[in-house]
Amino acid sequence: MSVRLRIIAAVTGVTVLIGTHAGYAMAVQVVTSPGGITAWLVEDHSLPVVSLEASFIGGSAEDPKNKSGLAELTFDLLDEGAGDMDSTAFQRKVEDLAASLDFDVDRDTATVDLHTVSANLAPALGLLRLALTEPQFSDNAVARVRGQLIDELEEEDGDPELRADHIWWNAEFAGHPYAMPTHGTVHDVAMITPDDMRGFMRTRIAREVMLTGVVGDITAAQLGPLLDKTFGRLPTHAAPSRIAVAAPPSFGQTLLQKMKVPQSAVIFGQPSIRRDDKDWYAAYLVTNILAGNGLTSRLVRELREKRGLVYSVYADLDPLLHGSVILGDVATENAHVAESIDLIRAEWARMRDQGPTAAELAAAKTYLTGSFPLNFDSTLRIAGLLVVIQKEHLGVDYLDRRSALIDAVTLADAQRVAKRILDPAALNFAVVGSPGNLPGVRNIGPGE
Amino acid sequence: MTADADSPAIRGRISRAARCALALGGFTLSIALLPPAATAKLFDAEVFTLANGLQVVVIPFHRAPIVSQIVFYKAGAADDPRGTSGIAHFLEHLMFRGTRTVAPGAFSRTVADIGGVDNASTTHDRTEFYENVAADRLATVMQLEADRMANLVITDAKVSPERKVIIEERHTRIDNVPQSLFQEAFDAALYLNLPYHRPAIGWLAEMQRLSTADAVTFYRTWYAPNNAVVVISGDVTAAQVRALAEKYYGPIPARPVPAHIVVTEPPHVVAVTLTMKSARVPNPSWLHAYLAPSYTAGEMREAYALQVAAEVLGDGATSRLYRGLVVDRKLALDAGAFYDPTTRYLSSFGFYGTVAKGVDPAAFQDAALAIVRAAARDGLTADEVARAKARMQAEAIYTRDSLNGLALSVGAAIANGRTLDDVEAWPDRIGAITVDQVNAALKAVVDENQAVTGFLLPEPAS
Repeated sequence: MSVRLRIIAAVTGVTVLIGTHAGYAMAVQVVTSPGGITAWLVEDHSLPVVSLEASFIGGSAEDPKNKSGLAELTFDLLDEGAGDMDSTAFQRKVEDLAASLDFDVDRDTATVDLHTVSANLAPALGLLRLALTEPQFSDNAVARVRGQLIDELEEEDGDPELRADHIWWNAEFAGHPYAMPTHGTVHDVAMITPDDMRGFMRTRIAREVMLTGVVGDITAAQLGPLLDKTFGRLPTHAAPSRIAVAAPPSFGQTLLQKMKVPQSAVIFGQPSIRRDDKDWYAAYLVTNILAGNGLTSRLVRELREKRGLVYSVYADLDPLLHGSVILGDVATENAHVAESIDLIRAEWARMRDQGPTAAELAAAKTYLTGSFPLNFDSTLRIAGLLVVIQKEHLGVDYLDRRSALIDAVTLADAQRVAKRILDPAALNFAVVGSPGNLPGVRNIGPGE
Repeated sequence: MTADADSPAIRGRISRAARCALALGGFTLSIALLPPAATAKLFDAEVFTLANGLQVVVIPFHRAPIVSQIVFYKAGAADDPRGTSGIAHFLEHLMFRGTRTVAPGAFSRTVADIGGVDNASTTHDRTEFYENVAADRLATVMQLEADRMANLVITDAKVSPERKVIIEERHTRIDNVPQSLFQEAFDAALYLNLPYHRPAIGWLAEMQRLSTADAVTFYRTWYAPNNAVVVISGDVTAAQVRALAEKYYGPIPARPVPAHIVVTEPPHVVAVTLTMKSARVPNPSWLHAYLAPSYTAGEMREAYALQVAAEVLGDGATSRLYRGLVVDRKLALDAGAFYDPTTRYLSSFGFYGTVAKGVDPAAFQDAALAIVRAAARDGLTADEVARAKARMQAEAIYTRDSLNGLALSVGAAIANGRTLDDVEAWPDRIGAITVDQVNAALKAVVDENQAVTGFLLPEPAS
């Protein structure tokens, strides 16, 4: 019989018991190392594994002009040689520890995930320390990984959905760093030098912008010294952010890039409210009722269940640090694009004008509170959750309060917030395919 | 609601380009990289069979008060009758469209209303449906699954819109994606007579003709308690599950279910090369594969040996293929091996690569096959095999670190006629494989006279 999630007194810092579900308590400890590095920890000794996520605020949006892809290329190279080990030697060590190190970049953050059996935690963290503090960026490795990244970017160009995604962000955030593709452009990636990457590590991978979550078979007392060993040599301060709050356009367009495919891909969305807005939870419920993932949203009912127009349609809130959006994704046979766009606009307007019904709101509350813990069934996903809570400044007791925050939304709140946030006229649609005539469409050339 | 898309978590480090190649290889490649099970010490499962023949597996795990139910039917796209490719997957969709007592759409609505999530997927070998819910809601989802095991109602009014949905799904997964079209043609060439010849989602022209009667026939033929496995994992005990299973599944009568069709693959005597061009791929891709035994077809012991061989030759950045072709000789952006031993019929063992810009694809293939030939001729080293085995055994524990990971492995194994013991003993069996066994299995499978090769080449946009 395994051990239940234990509730433990904090060794250092604060412990908060988190009830994510009736009877379910995760104990989050805020651990501060002797050297002053903080990490959030959930101990779980049911399996001999440990996951760690360390996320650095400042992602691809901080890439310099004409050096888009810098964060991505740099992070791709961190396990390609470090200290006195070349990439094969380094990766051989990772494999022999049965560990994994994954580096990932999005618009707001650069993140590393470490997954290891607990017996190998110290040596695995030793490899992470080397990757973060002594990456080699050797000519060989840079040429190889640059070639792989360029191949990926070129392949994204031929993928209708990813192409539509690029077009949407470029239109929604014209003139703002969020307009740039997260992984950069072929032109820029070709120009990035090892010195650029060393500069990136020096100015952006710093302790003051690091958020860390640790979950698994480790105690607070064990974690503290390991934090110092792993991250103690990182610079304290990061260069200040250069990103202004985005001001997206208030009138949407339909943008089309022609591609010879049987099915058009469509990315759609509009500006939204910030994560710290008092109406966030109402917006979360309204968006879920309108367009949530799964088979129960209004968009799924209208487009898929009733008409068979699509396999998948959904939209959700994407709370970026410098400008939030509601972002959606749908694909349909070329002949049905115009009809699908009209239906999405109509459902957007109906929800804005009438809001959800009391029954819909009650069902969404049950779903969003009840299903939440199901998303956090692995140590790595819980570690990621701990980082997100820190990034959004939700507080160490957030999981304890989350259900109440959702349940407190009234029908009047939901109706008011639907009116406040949903604006069919502000929806941008980016279409890639051969959809025939679309009203008011603006054509986008391949190079744009 | 997916066909051929188990999308298991890919373990270990996969290079950037490997992710593209995995998408290219789809089902086979991704499964090949997942260790099928954890060790006997890591879980404590129990299997029992109800009077109606339903097999039930219970995997208690008390990390959190949540539970997963997965219902496996031992019928998949391999059982699609000739002319109706895609019917197993279509029926999977129709299972959400209502029964005598549950209205269309109410299944997923009910699961959502109790704070649960649900979905389903269809592979060639089986069809599976799952719900993840709070542990105290298990009865609700068992009642729902038992109901649609026996009482599904399929009508023209449901079939008509849902058929459009699966065609849109095919467009998204296959027709819009050159790599998927290429893979589809590759599989059709690799399997001359086995049902893996046909895509699990179906050929478009046959999908367009799938009828209500086709779906009803498939349902009545295969969906019976004596042809299903229910796996319950999470915060439960075997005693609790047994009582609930008796209550909800117990009353469903057993029905005669046909044996799976016996299909024999003829000897392959012709080496085949396929070429496809697309303006939407930036660099050439290469696939090269041979027929191979699986756990249940051909020699089982060879399957374990081939898993080790695939690990050494082509899993990860230190493998022979990646190091030789990508790191040392710079001929490729990515390279690796694939092998899935869990198939009902014979499987395939093979290699993939993404050719670097400016490199002749034929020259790349020569270099890749030279590495393969050397390995088959001279053997892998004792050190390589020992490292691979140790890593595979150690990583097996990660299948436990999620609600569904182990349940999917166990259920798939039992649905394919293997046993819980087979899954529990996987790390031990990998550990017992010798270098000589690995090298003998590799030598036996690598036969260029029956290999199928594919090149997906970039074409300047017209």
